[in-house]
Amino acid sequence: MTQYIARRLLSSLPVFFGILFATFALARLLPGDPCRAVLGERATDQVCDAFIKRMGLDRPIHVQFGIYMSDVFRGDLGVSLRQGRPATEILVERLPTTVELAFYAMLFATIIGIPLGIISAYWRNSPIDVSTMIIANVGVSTPVFVLGLLLEYLFAIIFKDTFLWLPPSGRLSSGVSLPSLAETWNLTNLSPFWLAVVEFISRLYTFNALVTRNWKALVDVWSHIILPAVAVGTIPLAIIARMTRSSILDVLGLDYIRTARAKGLRMPQVVFRHALRNALLPVVTIIGLSLGGLLSGAVLTETVFSLPGVGRTLFESITARDYTVVQAFTLVIAIVYVFINLIVDVLYAFLDPRIQLS
Amino acid sequence: MQATASSKNVPIIAEASPGRIRTTIRILLRNRSAVFGIVILLGMTFVAIFAPFLSTHDPVKPLIGVEQVAKRAPPCIHLLGCPQDQPQHFFGTDGNVRDEFSRVLFGARLSLIIGFTTVTFAIIIGTILGLVSGYAGGWVDNVIMRSMDVLLAFPSLLLAIAIVTVLGPGLINALLAIGIVSIPTFARVTRASVLLLKEMDFVSASRALGADNITVVLKHVLPNSLTPLIVQGTLGIATAILDAAALSFLGLGAQHPTPEWGLMVGQEYKNLFNAPHLTFFPGIALMLVVLSFNLLGDGLRDALDPRLSHTRTG
Repeated sequence: MTQYIARRLLSSLPVFFGILFATFALARLLPGDPCRAVLGERATDQVCDAFIKRMGLDRPIHVQFGIYMSDVFRGDLGVSLRQGRPATEILVERLPTTVELAFYAMLFATIIGIPLGIISAYWRNSPIDVSTMIIANVGVSTPVFVLGLLLEYLFAIIFKDTFLWLPPSGRLSSGVSLPSLAETWNLTNLSPFWLAVVEFISRLYTFNALVTRNWKALVDVWSHIILPAVAVGTIPLAIIARMTRSSILDVLGLDYIRTARAKGLRMPQVVFRHALRNALLPVVTIIGLSLGGLLSGAVLTETVFSLPGVGRTLFESITARDYTVVQAFTLVIAIVYVFINLIVDVLYAFLDPRIQLS
Repeated sequence: MQATASSKNVPIIAEASPGRIRTTIRILLRNRSAVFGIVILLGMTFVAIFAPFLSTHDPVKPLIGVEQVAKRAPPCIHLLGCPQDQPQHFFGTDGNVRDEFSRVLFGARLSLIIGFTTVTFAIIIGTILGLVSGYAGGWVDNVIMRSMDVLLAFPSLLLAIAIVTVLGPGLINALLAIGIVSIPTFARVTRASVLLLKEMDFVSASRALGADNITVVLKHVLPNSLTPLIVQGTLGIATAILDAAALSFLGLGAQHPTPEWGLMVGQEYKNLFNAPHLTFFPGIALMLVVLSFNLLGDGLRDALDPRLSHTRTG
């Protein structure tokens, strides 16, 4: 097992360096003059020469890459050109929104998708199966932003003044606030790193509301997150339901299931005790892979629901030509994505010992 | 998103003979959802081709000064009880006082063109990379596939956004970005079937008879790896249309006043409260076209997979 994990870690090293190189190249490929992007259109050549020298942009490209890598390894992702503060600070502020969104979206996708898949496979070709698969097909075909807008229209406008009403945007209602945990717990003399960690955790509103037992805020957080989470989670839900169904059907065709049936076990017992465990293996992979798609969906959903998340910030930084933030966010997203894939692979090997042998 | 799901699947290898094509079509036509997909697709193609004749107004020119109609007017159909003295607009008008119905019709054109061009581009480049990678093996294979891994390490839409940023916003650049993002899938699919085919007897036989590498690849390997490419290509069109619409929605793809569905939603979604029809109609059109390619792709996969027995349906 350890050997497998080590090998898998080693094999993702080249990809990791590829990502570093890609983000490095991205910032240098972006159109426009970096000096005038920062200092404004009217900067003189003299000022620009000094700027380029100061930023090390006159050094050979491989030296620049070396400097960039050492900066990244020290946790320095540069200073935002627009906001004048470290990109990591912006990341700590925005990442929790997306993490929370992804968590609820995935929760929605798995707790509904897997049972739907099981039901479909169990009553194969029944009306339940057919309608589930129709919903699944429509689900993967609906653009995330269209679904988000339709949900918003339904719950924020049609159901206005009923108990089904849900807020159309934001993370919290005005008047409800969740102060930083550093404030609540009176943590004053923390190092900058731990302060950032506490700040990050505080902005995971669900967690913050839970530990401070602020139930009113928790309900408010939930009412705001439901619609975006459903919008982002629908495509993964459809994929998970389809995968679960076909995977169970595959397993049900195997010899050991026939043996189980032949020795007199009833069908529910066969499905739940014998088939399910093996059938869920590929579903684990799909769940992991869906997380990448989730990030793409997050850009659109955060736009539709005005959520201050990573996707929205990345998009805004691109349009504002804030290259350091673009570079920092792209790097972090790609690394998170690779890391998730790594965890999925390891988890898979853990669940299915045959993987390590091949 | 869906493409990644099939990367673990064993490629489907089958010979493409006239008899096989006929069988495939027969199986496909027995599959109800595939037929549904084909019907929508034919309808969309019809609309796309005959858009100038079916549309009631110019899709780009505002109606200011032409007739008395408000901007973002709700749909008005005389047959459904809309007063006769009001001008008829099936889907209402948009924020620039243009007929939404005509714009949605012309959008079908753009959507289909976007789907086919990006996927064709991705298939051509991806296939070449996959063939070279699988056939050559060794360090060539390693370099190509690791680069593909790096491309896959970024969520597809974010990578497309990044590429558009470098190239500058616009429909052509958005198409190029989506094309580039879809390359790895096709490269992987082709490579997987090449690896299988390479070891097969008829390929070894051909090589033993003195055929050079290019002949072997073009005459034996490529034709036999087409099947998975067709399936992946059909599903790829669905993803490409979705991604292109998303880019346009964000303002990075098609530019005003192009009648592109994603852009149409993107320009009007902030008026969801007073003009929901401007989000609804282009949104539904997008969903239908993507659904049709997804259904057709799934149907093709079932029909072309020789491992599935076709005596039973389901």
